[in-house]
Amino acid sequence: MTLLKVEDLDCRHGLLQAVRGVSFEVAQGETVALIGANGAGKTTLLRAIAGAHKPHGGRVLLDGADVTSMPAHRRVSLGIALVPEGRRLFPSLTVEENLRVAAARRGKWTVQSVLEVFPLLQPRRHMAAANLSGGEQQAVAIGRALMSNPRLLLLDEVSLGLAPIVVDAVYRSLAGILGEDTTVVVVEQDLTRALKVASRVICMLEGRIVLESAASSLDRDRVVSAYFGLKRPA
Amino acid sequence: MTIVNAVLQGIFLGAFYAVLACGLSIMFGVMRIINLAHGDIAVLGAYVVFVIVQGTGMSPFVAFVVALPVMIVLGYLLQLTILERSLKSGILTPLLATFGLSIVIQNLLLIKFSPDVRSLGGEAGAVTTSSWQVTSGLSVSALGIVILVVAVLVFGALQLFLSRTRAGWMMRATADDADAAELAGIDSRGVYARATALAVAIAALGGLFLAIRSVFDPLSGPTQLIFAFEAVVIGGMGRLWGTLLGGLALGVAQTLGAQVNPEYSALSGHLLFLAVLVVRYGGLRLSFRAAR
Repeated sequence: MTLLKVEDLDCRHGLLQAVRGVSFEVAQGETVALIGANGAGKTTLLRAIAGAHKPHGGRVLLDGADVTSMPAHRRVSLGIALVPEGRRLFPSLTVEENLRVAAARRGKWTVQSVLEVFPLLQPRRHMAAANLSGGEQQAVAIGRALMSNPRLLLLDEVSLGLAPIVVDAVYRSLAGILGEDTTVVVVEQDLTRALKVASRVICMLEGRIVLESAASSLDRDRVVSAYFGLKRPA
Repeated sequence: MTIVNAVLQGIFLGAFYAVLACGLSIMFGVMRIINLAHGDIAVLGAYVVFVIVQGTGMSPFVAFVVALPVMIVLGYLLQLTILERSLKSGILTPLLATFGLSIVIQNLLLIKFSPDVRSLGGEAGAVTTSSWQVTSGLSVSALGIVILVVAVLVFGALQLFLSRTRAGWMMRATADDADAAELAGIDSRGVYARATALAVAIAALGGLFLAIRSVFDPLSGPTQLIFAFEAVVIGGMGRLWGTLLGGLALGVAQTLGAQVNPEYSALSGHLLFLAVLVVRYGGLRLSFRAAR
């Protein structure tokens, strides 16, 4: 069953066209990795799906319902949650307040269950989010998105600016989440990691999808050429 | 003893400035808007209370409770019609929009109420005239106590709201990062409208105190705005308790200045404001660095 459907999406930043006629579908329970070089339009695409960027054209459908003109906070209550690039926590709020303030939908994710998945946050619970380390902040950012009990979780570069060992820890915690029935779209620079978590890979180049393939049947050379646009598919 | 008395009267006066400044501080803290119509909104609140008192003969304090829903609705409408649009086009536009709103409010009040000076001091009853003579040089007015207690209650209630309730967290989260707040499921438009409604309601409370403790006319707003703005800046932009302390400091500076010469009252408040600006925003530090 298709949960997310993106149809011919166009997104612009002023005169710059960041996403050009992108269409794809994500099935319920699937994990899709979105890869591509800097400036390929991955972040803009995720933000448009989440409602933080108003698209110039095209449609975004969640479970068959058109959400294209819906503000971001209403999409959250329908079950779309984005972990934004750069974490974007509320620095003046404590860890617990950061989590509680985002509790938009009821479900299995509560402050308690989020702290169980990210035990490193337990002792930091009442600290201001501004005083956390990068890895702890990323855990809060993911936890905050989970608090809305999303049907579709969008993860934008969760490994950005973190030490490799911290990234490993974050992904290990994620494994417990990705295994559940949540549908996930993950933007990831690290190809090996992307192939490990995702069942399908979508590669973007200059705002367009240039490669879409099951992770298992993908060889690195094809990805590398699509990634850098060395041999453009006809 | 006259100095002690001056400080005490300054605290009472400062509590009034703090109430006036509170809404200004909220709007700057949450939306980064400096509302130049804030003083006029306070005066508008005073007129709403005045009309109710004239029409029904009830006490101004009761009339304020009746006026409160009106002001809250006005606050919502102000955000949704004027401020929301102006916020979209940079930081200068809200400044110009509220400057225009200030002129509109003043002139509407002039048309409706004429430039006559009004007061609600008489209608407020014994509270405006009662006082206790503590010692020969030290007297405490009932109204001063009322304003001080209400100011502390307002700031305390706001503090509890912002730190203990989910709606308060939503307001702080939106103030921190409105875009991220939307992505966390928070309706930032609604939060902004609520913040403005709150600010307008508290401004009206300031207007009530203005009307009871002295006089007002359609053009009283800008003077109130200046004192409120000074209180906010002295206390630190966007810091709530700072605004209360800033108001008190401004009030004490004014009464101490008036001890030297009654003409120096407003001037000494302005001097404190300038001194705080120079010290905090690096003027002094810069010149020290240059001297080294």
